[in-house]
Amino acid sequence: MASTIAARPRSRTGDKHRLRPGSTRRRQHAAAYLFVLPFFAVFVAMLIVPLFYSGYLSFFQTRLVGGVSFVGFANYLHAFTDTAFLGGVARMALFLVIQVPVMLALALFCALALDSGWVRGSKVLRLLMFIPYAVPGVVATLMWGYLYGNDFGPIAQTLRAIGLGAPDLLSPENVLGSLMNIVTWEFAGYNMIIMYSALRSIPGELYEAAEIDGASQWRIAWSIKIPAIRPAILLTIIFSVIGTFQLFNEPSLLHNLAPNAISNSFTPNFYAYNLAFVDQNVNYAAAVAFILGIVIMIVSYVVQLSTQKREKNA
Amino acid sequence: MLAGAMVLTGCGAGASPSSSPSASAVSQADIDKAMQTPTTLTFWSWTPKMQDEVDLFEKKYPAIKVNLQNVGQGAPHYAKIRTALKAGQGAPDVVQMEYQETSSFALTDSLLDLAPYGAGDLKGDYVPWVWNQVDQGGKVYGIPQDSGPMGNLYRTDLFAKSGITNAPATWDEYAKDAQAVKSSTGAYMSNLAPNDPGQLMGLFWQAGLKPFGYDGNKTVTVNVASPQAKNVAAYWQKLIQGGLVSVDPDFTDQWYQGLANGKYAGWLTAAWGPVFLQGTAASTAGKWNAAQLPQQNAGEQKAGNWGGSADAVLKTTKNPIAAYELAKFINNDATSTNQLATKQFLFPTDTTVLKDPSFVDQKSDFYGGQQVNKLFAGISNNVDTTFQWLPYMDYAYSSFNDTVGKAIADKSDISASLDAWQKELKDYGTQQGFTVQ
Repeated sequence: MASTIAARPRSRTGDKHRLRPGSTRRRQHAAAYLFVLPFFAVFVAMLIVPLFYSGYLSFFQTRLVGGVSFVGFANYLHAFTDTAFLGGVARMALFLVIQVPVMLALALFCALALDSGWVRGSKVLRLLMFIPYAVPGVVATLMWGYLYGNDFGPIAQTLRAIGLGAPDLLSPENVLGSLMNIVTWEFAGYNMIIMYSALRSIPGELYEAAEIDGASQWRIAWSIKIPAIRPAILLTIIFSVIGTFQLFNEPSLLHNLAPNAISNSFTPNFYAYNLAFVDQNVNYAAAVAFILGIVIMIVSYVVQLSTQKREKNA
Repeated sequence: MLAGAMVLTGCGAGASPSSSPSASAVSQADIDKAMQTPTTLTFWSWTPKMQDEVDLFEKKYPAIKVNLQNVGQGAPHYAKIRTALKAGQGAPDVVQMEYQETSSFALTDSLLDLAPYGAGDLKGDYVPWVWNQVDQGGKVYGIPQDSGPMGNLYRTDLFAKSGITNAPATWDEYAKDAQAVKSSTGAYMSNLAPNDPGQLMGLFWQAGLKPFGYDGNKTVTVNVASPQAKNVAAYWQKLIQGGLVSVDPDFTDQWYQGLANGKYAGWLTAAWGPVFLQGTAASTAGKWNAAQLPQQNAGEQKAGNWGGSADAVLKTTKNPIAAYELAKFINNDATSTNQLATKQFLFPTDTTVLKDPSFVDQKSDFYGGQQVNKLFAGISNNVDTTFQWLPYMDYAYSSFNDTVGKAIADKSDISASLDAWQKELKDYGTQQGFTVQ
């Protein structure tokens, strides 16, 4: 109400027509908020409140003997000297640097191939590539766990049959690579679909013009298609960064198959889970989760910033 | 007698007044009344076919309805109980609880002391070492359900091929035989699971070690890296590094395959092992035999335990009498215990079943007609009675996997890893406010 009155003098000095659209817009705003409200209520109740609650928890310490006490930032400080936590973050950083580029390059290549129209039965192929994403992560990990098995897994058996020694794909040295493979298999198709749909929205005239100028398909892909879908690629990168640091299902399932190769702190998320539910240390787990969230925000921001800078330079 | 025991174990002064007068708190009239009042109990257990025993209970007490749920085995089960307790609702009345977990739940005051409900009188019905696992200074935190005294299951055919006629009597002999088995058949003597602390703790138990201690109050003892523990570690390290003992994680596909296809010539396991093996390695029927564990010195009869659980009542229950009667019925009623032992193959803790001919005289074709139950019933009497646990075994076992388990899996220095484990357990204890010795 107050804003309506305040707006009036301004409209009197200007064009008379402005008053009506202004009030319509306000009504639209109100309607918009009304539509957002149900989501917002759930968002606050299920995310914001728990977030604050775990933030609150992270400043305390619960001991089996002696109960709860306020410790300020002690849990956070401990995390920065906790080799288990730092090791997990470093492992995920390594994972990020190797797995994400491989997966996204694969996804981009497939998307470009499908989009070029040269691939026969592209609809079927598109579906096939996307299927791994539809397979639940639990099933996927169990399936790969079987494939990786050293005594009975088909990979090891095949290698042995052709006279090559079978590497133990679930050994402590190899398990990170095996995990990268699972995640790539699961998500390459998903990222491919995002890139592919972005490619489909590029107007065809651009290609025609390029073809008339004598550009090869490679050249078109490199100079037109990829720059045109840069926002989509950036999106997949950000998703992958977040997904990597939050890796949980795959290591926690492989943990059952290779208990000593995947430690309790293999990934930061798995560590937070074990802290909370095995070690009964909810407070420290909350602090670890918060730090992990901050790490993810920083890395995502850095990724975004660096690509934006490149866009400006280009 | 009760008070004396409590002073000896150093129970806090605050605990005794509350427990002594309540010793006769529940009269027969109270029990009768409770058992005739329509009640619904929730029981969390992962024991297969537990419904059969629950049915017996419901038949005897038609007013009581039992809601049996399986929420997972081991760690997930405990995590769910703790979550429900923390949430203040949704916790069951009766829970299956492994012996090593009891003190950690007792510490958080989550378990009902069953002594005032009459559990103290049951002491004589159970094997003494098993009873000590649920009885903390006169407070009874569960009714024993099953146990796992350890023995040695081995492949007679592979042993015969290696020129071995008898199960190794001593650990020295075991190591010598391992060499023979390896060179004649290529099989591993056995597998030491890097992910299963229970197995190595059972071997510690047999060696007479006391790696853990808890006074029921604020003082814990951590002694997992004692010279004797390192002796045991060094023994296994030698076998592992010599390629005589494998280090596959147990209860995984790879390990099941190994048991069935002769990768392992033996399995040092608990009394629940024989029947389990029968299901897992059916194709090797008749080729196995069971014996007691090899001993430090010839002629000894020492045993350890691996696994087993009790049924405990959570303090949050609204029907403590009925809940106690359920836990008691399952593990004390003659029909129920006999059925658990002979149909579900849980290894009994109840002395009546352990002497029951229908149990001990059973001959098993899988073991070439051997009376395996009789053997393990005998071994059960040789288990050291004073073995204790820490009140934070969840942490202890998960920390084991990252230290000792890792060293076993990597075939590296197990003794050094015991030091690392010792340090983690002490640090955690101190951080949790215990006095660590």
